[in-house]
Amino acid sequence: MTALRAWLTDPSPSSRRQARLGQLWLAWLRIRRNSLAMAGLAIVSILVLVAAFAPLIAPHDPLVQDLSRRLLPPGTPGNWLGTDDFGRDILSRIIHGARITLYIIGLVALTAPVLGLLIGTVAGYFGGWVDAVLMRLTDIFLAFPRLILALALVAVLGPGIENAVLAIALTAWPPYARVARAETLTVRNSDYIAAVRLQGAGSARIIAGHIVPMCLSSVIIRVTLDMAGVILIAAGLGFLGLGVQPPLPEWGLMISSGRKFLFEQWWVATMPGLAIFIVSLGFNLLGDGLRDVLDPRSAPK
Amino acid sequence: MTDLSPSPQDRRLVRLLVQVGTGLFTLAITLLGLLLITFIIGRVVPIDPVLSIVGERATQAQMQAVRDALGLDLPLWQQFAIYVGDALQGDLGRSIRTGDAIVSEIARYFPATLELATLGTLIGTLVGVPAGVLAATRPGSLADQVVRLVGLMGYSMPVFWLGLIGLLVFYGKLDWVAGPGRLDPSYDMMMQFTLTTYTGMILIDSALNGAWDVFRNAISHIILPAGLLGYVSMAYISRMTRSFMMNELGQEYITTARVKGMPEWRVIWVHAMRNVMVPLITVIALSYAYLLEGSVLTETIFAWPGLGSYITDALFAADMPAVLGGTVVVGVVFVTLNMVSDIVYRLVDPRARA
Repeated sequence: MTALRAWLTDPSPSSRRQARLGQLWLAWLRIRRNSLAMAGLAIVSILVLVAAFAPLIAPHDPLVQDLSRRLLPPGTPGNWLGTDDFGRDILSRIIHGARITLYIIGLVALTAPVLGLLIGTVAGYFGGWVDAVLMRLTDIFLAFPRLILALALVAVLGPGIENAVLAIALTAWPPYARVARAETLTVRNSDYIAAVRLQGAGSARIIAGHIVPMCLSSVIIRVTLDMAGVILIAAGLGFLGLGVQPPLPEWGLMISSGRKFLFEQWWVATMPGLAIFIVSLGFNLLGDGLRDVLDPRSAPK
Repeated sequence: MTDLSPSPQDRRLVRLLVQVGTGLFTLAITLLGLLLITFIIGRVVPIDPVLSIVGERATQAQMQAVRDALGLDLPLWQQFAIYVGDALQGDLGRSIRTGDAIVSEIARYFPATLELATLGTLIGTLVGVPAGVLAATRPGSLADQVVRLVGLMGYSMPVFWLGLIGLLVFYGKLDWVAGPGRLDPSYDMMMQFTLTTYTGMILIDSALNGAWDVFRNAISHIILPAGLLGYVSMAYISRMTRSFMMNELGQEYITTARVKGMPEWRVIWVHAMRNVMVPLITVIALSYAYLLEGSVLTETIFAWPGLGSYITDALFAADMPAVLGGTVVVGVVFVTLNMVSDIVYRLVDPRARA
């Protein structure tokens, strides 16, 4: 362990990998001191664990109905967060809902940044009219209010989890394109890019192999901060009945089904909302901390 | 000999005009793009617009007549040109549900949203700016931590859920505020039939009519949703105020002012604030635009008859022209607000004019 630490903090690393891992280790040391960011990391880790082991953790099947046990209040033995109007255990549904949430944000995190990176780096690398056209397109999408565009897209595509993901991803890429373009402009004329070009590399190779890696750290921060927003939009679509369809235990959908008896059985709508809030807060805390650590502009004095 | 070279004032005016001109050009391109996107969305809808107008039992001839009237047999670029031309003349088509012009329907719904978003932004600004200043003047203190955490919570809360909780607590349990809707039914009748409508915003109209009981009832209805939106925008505004203010307080002119013995409140609220105000205008305009959007879910919760309700209701009735019309209107408001804040920014800050 100490040998590993010494290797990581070696002031004169002998390989590129050692230098990179050393940088990561130092960043980790800085994040570890930020208690709010660590709280965020803990929340996100718990979300991943709960989603991975949902069937083992959940006390009940999330879909099985038991009308003799409907609308039980929280604290009932066996149903610690109460049951909904079909007698389904709310805790189990929230636990299984973590899978859906993770699925949605995972897909969006894999698609939107890739699209944004592609458009941003291409625009930044080629410049000229390519840049002008692509950036205007980006601005147009940025000018559209996100939720409303997602609504209109889902209205066209039809409700469902994949379409919701598609709609969210199509509204989420412009900020990544902006970030990637800005990073590309700073490295486009560097000597190392010129060297690669002299070796005969084509544009595609330069962009994919030598420019995209330079944009990754800013994009990763942005993704983390963005995930909170994605969770909220996905829940909003679910709440409106345009995202995930019943009987799947999506959190936004669960809130909307609890709305009917809000005043008598408050827990049905409240509990899944708490889950959304905690997970989204976790991503915000983590993203905030990551930015403090990785972004040199906001480094502590 | 008269000096024909332009005076500095003239030159500044010309520069401003050029900037405004470029801005307007960008605005036009952006709006065209907006229309193109909604046009494309409208074309790929799986709902047949002809069928939804004439119904299933129409004859072939009737269907063809409607098809001709809608221009659906024309080439796509021609259809788009007609769409843009109509939109420029303030015609966004007719709603399938009601058959009325979408623009006039939206004009009826829009004041409710405007009223809600304006009050929300007002609350967000009045709370957010002092909170941000407080946090910036005592970085790392308990107050700073509280402002940061409350702000982060505002970012992380699903607004529709917070609305339900608000209804549950303040309306259901405590009975401090009135429930969903803009007015109680009896006041609503009064508003519609005995009072004069000036703006469509109930708070302003009832005050102008001197109908203070209606005004009080409207306040009791609007305070919960507006407070909610205010909280969301407060989260954003306080965070940005804090970072702008921190930045300003590190400047040398602030040190100079302090060394001269100027009272701290004057240093902050007069000297630093003048410079913070400039970027803050953009932030407030942006959060105002976001509230117009955020109203989609809030209005659903509070049965608020605004643009958000209009769009969602249309969505569930498969009334695509109305959905897209609403989308265009929100987009236009969004773009215009950005534009205006940009121009105000240039007018207020001499450095941005150079």
